Amino acid sequence: MGNISGKYAIVGVAETKVGKRPDASTHSLHLECIKACLDDAGLKASDVDGFITNQPLNDAHRSYAVRMSNMARMHPNYATDLALGGATPIAMVQNAVMAIEAGMANTVLCVHARKRGTPDPSPGNPIRHGDEHWEEPWGHFSAVANHAFAAQRHMHDFGTTSEDLAHVAVATRKHACMNGNATMRKPMTVADHQASRFICEPLRLFDCALESDGGGAVIVTSAERARDFPKKPVAILGMGQHHPHFSLMDAPSLTTLGGKNSSALAYKMAGLSPKDMNFAEIYDCFTITTMITLEDYGFCKKGEGKDFVKNGRIEIGGELPVNTHGGLLSQAHIEGMLHVTEAARQLRGNEVEPERQVKNAKAGIVSGHGGSLCMHASLILGAL
Amino acid sequence: MSEPSDSRGRAIAKVKPFLQELEAKPFWANLREHKLTAQRCKSCGKFFTYPPQGSCPHCLSTDYEWTTLSGKGKVYSFVSYHRAWHPSYEGKTPYNVSLVDLDEGPRLISNVIGCPYDQVKIGMNVEVVYEDHEEYTLPKFRPA
Repeated sequence: MGNISGKYAIVGVAETKVGKRPDASTHSLHLECIKACLDDAGLKASDVDGFITNQPLNDAHRSYAVRMSNMARMHPNYATDLALGGATPIAMVQNAVMAIEAGMANTVLCVHARKRGTPDPSPGNPIRHGDEHWEEPWGHFSAVANHAFAAQRHMHDFGTTSEDLAHVAVATRKHACMNGNATMRKPMTVADHQASRFICEPLRLFDCALESDGGGAVIVTSAERARDFPKKPVAILGMGQHHPHFSLMDAPSLTTLGGKNSSALAYKMAGLSPKDMNFAEIYDCFTITTMITLEDYGFCKKGEGKDFVKNGRIEIGGELPVNTHGGLLSQAHIEGMLHVTEAARQLRGNEVEPERQVKNAKAGIVSGHGGSLCMHASLILGAL
Repeated sequence: MSEPSDSRGRAIAKVKPFLQELEAKPFWANLREHKLTAQRCKSCGKFFTYPPQGSCPHCLSTDYEWTTLSGKGKVYSFVSYHRAWHPSYEGKTPYNVSLVDLDEGPRLISNVIGCPYDQVKIGMNVEVVYEDHEEYTLPKFRPA
């Protein structure tokens, strides 16, 4: 099979208002994204012949993709819902490319919504991640703790400190303050971070992502067709996934994760290297995730993340702007869908607030990370 | 049957082990006799990881035996919970949860007890202690 880098493109992008959306159910948020994304691409529902969605944790229907596509009266020739945690949005785009490359669809809508900021009464069982029954009897309940294990190990092996992690939270907040659709828009200092309480030591409150309501969507089609759409298309240049373990009980490492192999595959497909990236949208469920991923993606050596994230280097105008929208830490936690939409909008060049537009953005990398630090997907986007 | 959920619709944590899990029944039964055991493959000789599974993760052989472990291990990483995610932990924070690498290879998520939570260290030698409850026994660890 030949290299498909640049053969497919994103031609529709949408995100909902994020934060607390008490009156909107999970499926309503999906529908809102679908409508906005169709409008952005100048399409009708009947123009879409491929449909991919996430499998929401708290709106537990099987065959969610078919349910959602039917609600919008799409009758796709290809449909699936994906459950790779925070790696799902990138995996959706990758599946869209595969479906088109395989000849099963031409125009694929990928939508991911999440409702964790306010209650969503649902008759179905909430979906569990798996293996909690080997954790909860010992008082281990949370994603925070899984990442705190990684932070503790990173601190032990490389001398990283809580104050080093603060720089990730501060830079991300700075970007959120420039984003009209961000939840947390009050500036944060390193001292604010250090004064925030421990949730699961060594991680503090300000090391943790928000819990949010909202969603995002993109439409993928061939690069050939992409030029006929109203907005500037964004090329899909590189893709990768890697899943090194499932439970922390069989994790080969807590400080080098799936991102190392996943990004290597994406760089190889794109024929690009870390130095070619003008920005990076890095999954940031916790500050430590950003630091580990920046290392795994080759922006600095393993263990040097603590220096890389300082002195404005990851801020807009710096060497590598990271999470230009405010990330899961300060914009909203839609499991990384808004990392994908933000990267596409940065590359369109005229859609985000001018103060957070990365100048001359030609290519950027997006990461997705999920579960017990066990799932990873990477996507390199660029100008078509 | 609908599972209990919290105000955001998330599954509420369970604090009792799930004793009905088919492959894990010997693990829980052996703990009642204060034996910490793991599956060991009779084809390749390697230990399985936890949770128990039907075939060897290294060679996929289904020929294995439950083997008693030394109960000794080292802390690979640890955290201190400052927040109670379950009502039964209210007033018990901060408390330790550790990844314990057993000398034979398998890793357990458990607690280091018998020392203050802030005295636990990566690489610390620990040994198993058995915490008996009415219906089950939990393996926990203390400094060795």
